[in-house]
Amino acid sequence: MTSLPAVSGQSASGLPVLGPGAEKFLTFRVGGQLFGIPALAIQDIIGPQPIAKIPMAPSFVAGALNLRGRIVTAIDMHNALGLKPTDQAKKLNVVVRSGLELYDLLVDDVGDVLSFSMGDLEPNPVSWPEAWRTFSAGIFKLDGELLVVLNFDVLLSTHTKLIDKAA
Amino acid sequence: MDDLIAEFIAETTESLNVLDSELVKFERDPNEGETLKLIFRVMHTIKGTCGFLGLSRLEKVAHAGEDVLVKYRDKELTPTPQSVTIILECLDRIRGIITDIASTGSEPAGDDSQLIAKLKAAAAGKLEGAAAPAAAAPAAAKPAPTTGPVTSDEGFPVAADLLAEIEAAMAAKNKAEGKAEPEPAPAPAATPPVPVKAAPPAAATAATAPPTAKLEPKAADPAKAGGEAKAAAQSIRVNVDVLENMMNLVSEMVLTRNQLLQMVRGRADSEFKEPLQRLSRVTTDLQEGVMKTRMQPVGNAWQKLPRIIRDLSTASGKKIDLQMVGAETELDRQVLEFIADPLLHMVRNSADHGLEGPEERLAAGKPEVGVVRLMAYHQGGHIIMEITDDGRGLNTARIRQKIVEKGLASQGEVDNMPDHEVHQYIMRAGFSTAEKITNVSGRGVGMDVVRANIEKIGGTVDFRSVQGQGTAFTIKIPLTLAIVAALIVEAGDERFAIPQISVNELVSTGRGSDHKVEMVKGAPVLRLRGRLLPLVNLRQLLRLDGAGEPGADRDGFVVVTQAGNKVFGIVVDGIYDTEEIVVKPVAPILKSIPFYSGNTILGDGTVIMILDPNGVADQVVQTAAQIAADEAADKFGLRDETTSLLLFTVGDGSLKAVPLGLVSRLESFPIADLQRTEDGAALAQYRGRLIPVIAMGAAFPWKTGGGQPALVFTDQQRTMALAVDEIVDIVNENLKVEVKSTRVGIMGTAIIAGKTVDLIDTSYFMKQAYGAWFSNDPEEAQSRLRRQRRLLLVDDSAFFRNLLAPYLNVEGFEVVTAENPKRALELRDAGLMVDAIVTDIEMPEMDGFGFAEALKGDPRWGNVPMIAITSRTEEKYRNRGMSLGFKDYIGKDQHKELIRALNECLVEGVES
Repeated sequence: MTSLPAVSGQSASGLPVLGPGAEKFLTFRVGGQLFGIPALAIQDIIGPQPIAKIPMAPSFVAGALNLRGRIVTAIDMHNALGLKPTDQAKKLNVVVRSGLELYDLLVDDVGDVLSFSMGDLEPNPVSWPEAWRTFSAGIFKLDGELLVVLNFDVLLSTHTKLIDKAA
Repeated sequence: MDDLIAEFIAETTESLNVLDSELVKFERDPNEGETLKLIFRVMHTIKGTCGFLGLSRLEKVAHAGEDVLVKYRDKELTPTPQSVTIILECLDRIRGIITDIASTGSEPAGDDSQLIAKLKAAAAGKLEGAAAPAAAAPAAAKPAPTTGPVTSDEGFPVAADLLAEIEAAMAAKNKAEGKAEPEPAPAPAATPPVPVKAAPPAAATAATAPPTAKLEPKAADPAKAGGEAKAAAQSIRVNVDVLENMMNLVSEMVLTRNQLLQMVRGRADSEFKEPLQRLSRVTTDLQEGVMKTRMQPVGNAWQKLPRIIRDLSTASGKKIDLQMVGAETELDRQVLEFIADPLLHMVRNSADHGLEGPEERLAAGKPEVGVVRLMAYHQGGHIIMEITDDGRGLNTARIRQKIVEKGLASQGEVDNMPDHEVHQYIMRAGFSTAEKITNVSGRGVGMDVVRANIEKIGGTVDFRSVQGQGTAFTIKIPLTLAIVAALIVEAGDERFAIPQISVNELVSTGRGSDHKVEMVKGAPVLRLRGRLLPLVNLRQLLRLDGAGEPGADRDGFVVVTQAGNKVFGIVVDGIYDTEEIVVKPVAPILKSIPFYSGNTILGDGTVIMILDPNGVADQVVQTAAQIAADEAADKFGLRDETTSLLLFTVGDGSLKAVPLGLVSRLESFPIADLQRTEDGAALAQYRGRLIPVIAMGAAFPWKTGGGQPALVFTDQQRTMALAVDEIVDIVNENLKVEVKSTRVGIMGTAIIAGKTVDLIDTSYFMKQAYGAWFSNDPEEAQSRLRRQRRLLLVDDSAFFRNLLAPYLNVEGFEVVTAENPKRALELRDAGLMVDAIVTDIEMPEMDGFGFAEALKGDPRWGNVPMIAITSRTEEKYRNRGMSLGFKDYIGKDQHKELIRALNECLVEGVES
């Protein structure tokens, strides 16, 4: 976690109820890139878990894991985002809610919860590939790096549509 | 008491209780929209339901109440304290009647006309102090107050004076009771013209009447209070989600219990043993208890049926008696939901298509009234539902015809099919939608959908039908979907669950087992009790590790699985235990994979996938359909890819082989019974007649004692035996003749199982055995004519090959198929002799014309008559074909024409 930036000033309140325009994000890394996902969507963060393979599943699905009696589909974030795994990958699990379902994101590392004013959200750089522009809700500029706000629902539906098309 | 009424009472009591608190709010603020809506809804429901239940008194009261409320809800009138009182009175009356019904089971007698009149008046806006002209009320300008007095609103003959009377009566009553409102007087200050003053004459009579009407339910109240409490206590409504959640938790608990039991098992001295046993028992009871909360009588799914049958009966003029037996049989709510629609469909089908009209029935000697019988009962963890009708049954002949028309099977196949197999076709997807079949034979609309729905919940549908006597469908479904027994299997180091209900048996195909996986056309099959069972290898299907090899030579198991009427084998690497599993649905993103019906967590915490036998079955359909055709090909030993070969020796030590399909029997003739002839051959008794026994070569070492092993070949009427030294093995091989042979009786040499093997030419030995007999026989020519002609059928469409080959076969031809000219030429090179060639024209790579050119001048096939079958019969193609030496040019669908042409050119061939 040391590699991640410190909490920005706006999160000082620490209150669970956020004012309008401010939102908390859980930060995590995949293939070296820093991502943020709204903290309210996070169900769980757990260490490496045994993941059961699901044969014939789409390649971005890593398998399924048992989260206290619930079966959660694990998403291989490297594959889903088209990023190469790094050496320091810790294979941590970030469990997020998407609709009524839970999904487990396999990420390399998990960082702090940061608070941002939504006013600071900047649009996606036009130079990005289209896929990235669809599942990124925008970026926050941090010291020396960019935090990509991941819209997981969009990421999921993009991949699901691809499967449906292939089917 | 009628179940429906009991339910109605429980429900109404419940909503009235809710209203109690809401009414207080309503009184405080009669204009509050939500409360008003709620009261309206309750009133409306009561009205609707009791009309349905035949509770006419209750209905009238509720109806009148609703009329008033609707005006308030639509803001046509504004409620006043007086009208609120009347609404309350109306609700009280309803409650009173309900209480009576709850205790006596029937509607009490009583007169509600006073109350109804008051309600009508209120609805007409003519209630004293009721209507809205209060300056602030938005309804002031509405037409209600002006039209009210003259027109008979709501069809009730309200004369102005009568109205006045009633209002006065009401006022009087209020005074008499003197409780609800302090006094209506203050309000009338703003009331409309219809005056209170007109009332007095009627006041006396009216004043006495209301109390009697009112008194009856009121007096009943204290006595009936107990009954009401009981009705409320007998059932409570629980949100389904709560139950569902509870069920899940209990399921988890059962699994954990199982896990604990497993840990303690085998440890006799464990201190946990006893408490664990108690826990186990309690868990089982708890599981049963929770299951029970989800149980509902199957009759709930039947409720709609009588009405549907009645309507159908009216519409069609049929007389139908719907009998329902076992409606109280309970099953899981979830299952019930699933089967309600299929059931409806099947009952409707039985009545609509299965049953005949009255005249037809009488003519057939049946009672005029047709019976549709619905029966439900429990049987070993399943619920069985039978839908029987005594109608006309399935029209087997018509279905047969339809099968052929649809190209699902050939005429020959259909003719040999037993009736029940023919019937199964109505469950096919394409079949069922055919309009004609439903009109003629009765069944079929959406039966495939019905079956799919039932199979989705792990159920099965079966049926039998006797023409003229009726049809009986049997549905077998699990009691609950929450926990199922499953077989845990392994393939490619992954474990999977297969629902036990679909598993027929397990067969070991490992070394030392009687059962072997064979290959037919590259598809694995298992010969099980004389039947060929299509197989699907789980490792290949799911593309698991090591999926490259077909698995024929590996130790393994075949899980014989049934999905609907399809039986097939799933080849797995290992079999574990059976386990009770909790089925959890797969994540939405995995729904596109057809092989899984869900996933589950095993006792040890691992997540595994549950295989969906139906999804897997769809992968083997192709193979299953081809097996029949392949078996035909098998007969000629000329299957496209692999062939079963019988390996044997004839004394000189070299291996010989013959396609197993050509061998009709392996026989051992007692040496003592063999009659040797001068030319080195022998005669033996075989099935009551003498057959020649031929030896290969003069040096053949005949056995001197015991039995002489021999292969028996049969070709039409002729039977012969080939004496062999020893039968070595039966192998499945990709038969490829490497070196053509010049030796007599040998077709060529092939490498089989790594050894050089001579492939013998049975026709040579047949000639050797019978040749002499025929040479001078005048009957020989005739016999040759009758001899089965061998045709080569070249067509790139598997469909046409499968269609045409059995057809030609039935017509007395032996058919060898090739999927392209290249393959046909290979067959030629392999030494195949044919009497005629039937070829398609449009084919990739080499077309029919090219094929004909390639054969021109060929020493072996050059003179074989060729017939073209094609969909392009235009003159110019025809001419080109004829110029290339085709004997005839025939449309693909003209089978009769083809037979004629074949006979023609074959007779020519014999004569020439």
